[in-house]
This record gives sequence, structure tokens and C-alpha cells, in this order.
Amino acid sequence: MILWQTLRFAAGGLAANKVRSALTMLGVLIGVASVILLLAVGNGSSVAVKESITSLGTNALTVTSGSATGGARSAGTARKLTVADARALATEADAKAVRSVAPVVTASGTALYGDISYSPGSIVGTYPAYFETANQRIEHGEYFTQDDVLASRKVVVLGATTAKQLFAGTDPVGRSITVGGTPFTVVGVLRAKGGTGFTDPDDVLIAPLPTVQNAFTGFGSVNQILVQAGSADDTAAAQAEITRVLLAAHAITDPSRADFRISSQASLLSTRESTTRTFTVLLGAVAAISLLVGGIGITNIMLVTVTERTREIGIRKALGAPRGVILGQFLTEATLLSVVGAGLGVLAGIAGAHFRIVGIEPVVIPESVLGAFGIAVAIGLFFGSYPANRAASLRPIDALRHE
Amino acid sequence: MPHRLPSRADAPAHPHPVAPVPVIRIRRLTKSYGHGDATVHALRGPDDPATGAPLGVDLDVEQGDYVAVMGSSGSGKSTLMNILGCLDVPTSGRYLLDGIDVGHLDEQQLALVRNRKIGFVFQSFNLVPRTTALAQVELPLAYAGVRAAERRRRARAALSLVGLAERSGHRPNELSGGQQQRVAVARALVTAPAMLLADEPTGNLDSRSTEEVLALVDGLNATGRTVVLITHEDEVARHAKRVLRLVDGAIVADVRQAPVDGPPPALLRAGVPA
Repeated sequence: MILWQTLRFAAGGLAANKVRSALTMLGVLIGVASVILLLAVGNGSSVAVKESITSLGTNALTVTSGSATGGARSAGTARKLTVADARALATEADAKAVRSVAPVVTASGTALYGDISYSPGSIVGTYPAYFETANQRIEHGEYFTQDDVLASRKVVVLGATTAKQLFAGTDPVGRSITVGGTPFTVVGVLRAKGGTGFTDPDDVLIAPLPTVQNAFTGFGSVNQILVQAGSADDTAAAQAEITRVLLAAHAITDPSRADFRISSQASLLSTRESTTRTFTVLLGAVAAISLLVGGIGITNIMLVTVTERTREIGIRKALGAPRGVILGQFLTEATLLSVVGAGLGVLAGIAGAHFRIVGIEPVVIPESVLGAFGIAVAIGLFFGSYPANRAASLRPIDALRHE
Repeated sequence: MPHRLPSRADAPAHPHPVAPVPVIRIRRLTKSYGHGDATVHALRGPDDPATGAPLGVDLDVEQGDYVAVMGSSGSGKSTLMNILGCLDVPTSGRYLLDGIDVGHLDEQQLALVRNRKIGFVFQSFNLVPRTTALAQVELPLAYAGVRAAERRRRARAALSLVGLAERSGHRPNELSGGQQQRVAVARALVTAPAMLLADEPTGNLDSRSTEEVLALVDGLNATGRTVVLITHEDEVARHAKRVLRLVDGAIVADVRQAPVDGPPPALLRAGVPA
């Protein structure tokens, strides 16, 4: 029997029960499409995280208060970071790997412009060095200056989202807004960085440190100190220098009892990457299960088909169909189901990947397409082989007597 | 085809030597179902006068013969038919089909025997659903590995022989019972088998279709095809050259109605020259 003949018989068999065949294919289709799509979503979120973290600047280090080991010296008892610490870091002559230092305070409040009121995600008070370290580029207008910081001027730089919410099209630069009761003059708008889906880095309002301290947080501690290393390769050296300087400043001799934490973007990147990898694997596992269920659907429907067509099998055997031909026919049917289902699933998966899903732009992994298709076809063969074998090993007399 | 049938050890040099190899040779054949006390002997033959054990059925069918096997239901005629058709295996005894000992063949070779040596016609037609008459008739040839063009040619010839050339594109559900059975006859004879095995071929047909199908079978036998026909109707058995009567798994009567190498009796009555 030639392949063409077998294929025609198989197609005929499937066409005889169109709804049933379509539903079985749908099972495989959903399996394959979900594998492709969910892996694309996982991959998309990991790509987005990577982009957003590198957009923060890979040579940035963040110093926060709190013990490195947690436990006994919790945040409550730990000494807070202060502007003095930042100054110590900035003025330390030996710290060659440290290029710039920016203490950061964050607050929350509501900004008013005319009758528009908006609460930005965070109000940041810092030094001009922050912009370069945090990779915040100005789109329009200008940064505030060291001079503005020293004079505690009420000037503010808006994130793209904040600017859009407050000004909705009009040019914010030079206009006056009220934040927490204090009037500020907008001097610049930042370039949009794009969201990661979790937090929007453009939803900020940045003002000189003393101004924000004066208006919101008071002149106590700072939330973090952002340090820029000379280059991405210098981050380890910079980390060591910061540790040394701050231990001295805090008069701690035992490095294991440090009351501050230094995290680099690189370490943040690897943490987030491993998180998204777990996320992707989980999504993939869920999708793989649905693919497996699709495969079981094939077995189920082929078993029904074999039972239904037992008599036909008997006739074919009486006409001298060898075992291999019967086996081939049913195996071809099962494989055809899975191939067509998987093919449509690939199309559906790739089509679905063009849409944003829960704020994530899916990025299709080419291997997942080939893999899902291949696995689906293999599943068709594997799960089809049991019913096909059953059909092929029927005794002709039993098959013919079957009603 | 990787599998080949064992060749006939004693193939005759001429079609009609003194003692040609019979198409069917059965020796001490029994078939029983179940075990112990519940054993049912579907085929048993006469009992051994000494022990009372079944001796089994002996039967020879010559080439060109037209045998009707008669008997009421439960007489073992269907069991005999299934064994003759290599659809079932006997419990004991030997069965030589066209000189080949079928008992020694594996599943693969049995499929080949069914394909090459036997043409089946069933009571319930047993056409493959959703398949055109032409494809239906091509099927045994396809299993035999005949090329598509040759297959088509032979299938068309077989269909025109049964008078259904213009119906070759019809599916079983578009054909009448008589037409379906004629397609089945065409399918049975397209491989030029050693034997045509018909199990109640007219059981589901009206009298006119019965006559048509029987006339076809008579014609096939007249051209030398061996026919074994299973029936319980006397009118059908009247077409045969030899009538076997089965009762309780044993042959109780063996009547010859016409010589093996003559035309079948029905054609003789109709005045067709031999």
C-alpha cells in the first residue's frame, strides 16, 4: 500500500466524523497554542525585566539600611542611612571605583495642576547625579542642578507618565504645580522608559533632596543611596569600598554585623531572571499538561473509532489486509489528527503572541514552536499506537462478528 | 510483498491431470468452543464407534466444483465457512487450501492466503462504508500490492462483469441490496481467487436480486471458478453441483447433482451449452 492511499483512507476516516475529529484536533490545538503562547509570555516578561533593569544602568549600586543577614538587627533597630553617609562616600579619596553618589528619599503625595489632581507612584528627592546613575534621561527641558539642591529650590522633573497625567498634551516645562501644598516649577520631563508590567518607572516626580525633605520627609534619614561605579566591571570594587567606608562611618568592626545592604543591578538582574525563569517553567509545565491532555484525547477518540469500525477492520482483514496496513491506517489517522491540530495550534499561538497579555508583550521562542509541534506529533504517534495496535491485532472472525 | 506463500509441493503440470490437487482438502477437522463439560463441538464429524470421541470432518472439494453446504442454524456450517475462509483456526485436523497447509501459517501469511486464494461474499454484503464501488473492488488488489493503473483496469473489468460498470462511483448507501451484493461478488473475484466462498449470499436479498446474484455465481462457476456456497434454502442449493448437508457438526449427506467438469445445473436447465 502506498503512502498516498493510506493518507486518503485516513483523511476519509476523519472526514466521516467531522465534529469529533475537529474537537480532538481542538484539544491538540489548545495544547500546542498554550505551550507556544505561555512560553512566549514568560519569555516576554523576562525580556522586559532584563530591559528595564539594564535601563536602570548596570553600573548602579543601591545602598539601603538594614542588616545584610536580617534577623536580630532588623530595620527597626538598624541605624538609618543619612546624607552624612552619602557625603562620606562622595568625599572618600580612596574610593576610586565610586564615580558619583546620590542620596535618595522617597515620599508620596498628590500633585495638583489647575484642577487636575494626580498621585504619582513616587516622589523622589535626590541629587542631580541620580539622573545619570538611574539612567533617567531628560526628554524635554533640563535637569535640576547642584545649585538648585544647595538652594533648596522648588523645582521638579516629571516622569513621562506623571507629565501625561497632569498636563495631558500641554507643555509642562515652566509651569507651576502644587505638590503636598508646596508650589514647584517644572523644569524638565523625562524620557519614557516603558513599563515592565509590574511597576511603571515613568510614574515619578523628582525634586532636589532638601526640597523634598523640607516638604515631606523631614531632615532625618534617607531611604537609599544610589552609587554609580566607574563602569560595570567596577561594581565589585565599588561595593567593597562602600562597605569599608560605611562600616567606618557607622563604627562597626565586624563586617557580618553591617547595618546596610548593597545591591547591584547585576544581582537584581540575576534574581529577577531566576524569578522569571521559574515563572516561565511553571507556565510551560501547565501548557505541557494541556498538551498531554490533548494527546489523551487522541487515544480516547481513536479507541472509539476502532470500536466503531471493528466490522470494517474485519472486512479489510477478510480481504487480506496485512496487520501492518491496518496498523498504518489507524496510526496515520491519529498522526493526522495531531499534525493538523498542532499546525493550527502553531498558527493560533503565533497569532496570539501579537497581542499584549496581562501587560506583557509575548516574545515567541522559535524552539518552543518546533518543540511543541514535534511533541504534539510524537504524542499523536504514541497515543495513537495503542488503539491502532488493538485494531491490528483483532482476530478477523471476531471483528467480522462485531455488531 | 516481503511475505510469500509456500509453493505447491505437488503442483500439476496440466489443468486436468488424472488426480488434480483438490482446492479444499480437510482431514479429521474439529472445532470446539469452551472447556471441560461446557465444551461445544461446532464441528465434530462422526463419532469413533469404539471410544465415542469425535473423529472430525473429512472433505475434498475438486477444482471447478460448485458445492452448497446446507444445514439449519447451529449445524456448524458457519464454523466450517470461517475455517475454510481462514478467518478462524480449527481446534484439530488439517486443512489444505489449494495444496497449502493453512495450519502452519502465521497471521501475516493467512492474510496473504485470504487475499490471493479466497474471495468472500457475505450475507450482509460487508462493503467498506463510505467507499465507492470502484475503490471497494480495488481494495483486495491494493492489499496485494497491484499498481494503481492496473488495479483500476481490473476493478472496472470486474464491475462490468457484474453489470455495475456505470455505478462505479456510487457508495454502498447509494446502492440497492442486490447491487451491493454484486459489488461484493466483483470484489471477491477481482483477485482471481482459487475459491469463491459465499456465506448465505442471498439471505438478505429479494427474489429478483437473488436470481441475479445466483446467475452471476453460476456464470463464474461455468468459467471454472470453484464455489463453496453456504445456505439453508433449497432453491439456492439447487444451483450447486454438489450438496453437503450438515447436522450437529457432521456431514450427514453428500449428494452430487451435476458432474464437476460440466456447467452448473441451473445453466444446464436454461439450455446454455456446456
